[in-house]
Amino acid sequence: MADQSAPILPAVVSPPITPWSLFLTFAAMGLQGFGGVMPWARRILVEQRGWVDNREFTELFSLSQILPGPNICNLASILGYRWCGLRGAAAALLGLLGPSALVVLAIGVFYEHVQAHPAVAGAVRGMSSVAVGLVIATGIKMAQTQPRTWRVAALGLASLVAVGLLHWPLLWVLSVLIPLALALEWLASRKVTG
Amino acid sequence: MAGIAQGDWLMGVLIQLSLQFLLISFLAFGGASATLPEMHRFLVVQHHWIDDQTFSSLYAISQAAPGPNVLFVALFGWQVAGLPGAICTLFAMCIPAAILALLFEHYASRYPEHRWHYMFRRALAPITVGLVMATALIVMQGVGFSAGPVLLAVVAVWVTLRTKYNPLWLIGLGALLGALGWI
Repeated sequence: MADQSAPILPAVVSPPITPWSLFLTFAAMGLQGFGGVMPWARRILVEQRGWVDNREFTELFSLSQILPGPNICNLASILGYRWCGLRGAAAALLGLLGPSALVVLAIGVFYEHVQAHPAVAGAVRGMSSVAVGLVIATGIKMAQTQPRTWRVAALGLASLVAVGLLHWPLLWVLSVLIPLALALEWLASRKVTG
Repeated sequence: MAGIAQGDWLMGVLIQLSLQFLLISFLAFGGASATLPEMHRFLVVQHHWIDDQTFSSLYAISQAAPGPNVLFVALFGWQVAGLPGAICTLFAMCIPAAILALLFEHYASRYPEHRWHYMFRRALAPITVGLVMATALIVMQGVGFSAGPVLLAVVAVWVTLRTKYNPLWLIGLGALLGALGWI
């Protein structure tokens, strides 16, 4: 007899999560994810599989963001680990990266063979121009969520100029800017609360 | 002799690639794309392993392909040192950071509401915006700042911000216009 206090199980019990099912799910996510996998991760994990709820996903997403490294890789390994331990983490990560890496490399090899053709060179030129636009749009969307303060503008401009124009090593730039940003953030939060 | 020298060269390059991309992964707070300028500095400016135009082309190709954004590092690795290069860059970029994430999950994630968590993200956000814009600048540099590409980029910004079309349509349109020789 089950524990009386146990919550009522949903009518449809999804099959148990195994390393293999993790591999397949994350492989499908990787192969469908055009222009970034994160929206697909939410769609598949929350809406299709019901493996995590929206709140847990959002928490995981922000955790993956503050940890260094590619966000989606962090998310995959943490989720895999929560369900199936180290084998789960390895399965999720391998599923996410393996099949889609093969596809990307195949496209890269194909490109190497045809890049001399003027139409191909032109096509990639056009795609690169659009890619620039997409990156700028991402930057603008991120900037729109920021408070309009001198502090934010100066930090953004400083990293743009140091890395984009002066081509300084990222390690140097971040070792100055991150402590500076944290100090300014701390001062600002003290001013508000105090 | 030549074989040995080449083997040594390859091994040296693989070690350099692995170490540099490992370092980059630990600097990637704002997602993989924000570290593109650093990869450019390392691969194009410092070592001349890839030229400006190829760098931008490989990034554009990765954006048109399925899979996580970070896969462009595999194309860079491939360009420099073939399949071993691709494996080194992708592994160095993803595996150590994932292990760190697991350590964090195992030891520290029970307190997700911590104040520093929130403060860290807020402090980093403006820096990340700057890095993302630097990425755009560097990809544009590989294409060249002529009228066609700049106009197409501006249109792509406008369409992305104003409409809900899938970006893949835009990339397809860019490929078509470019193939016809209009860009």
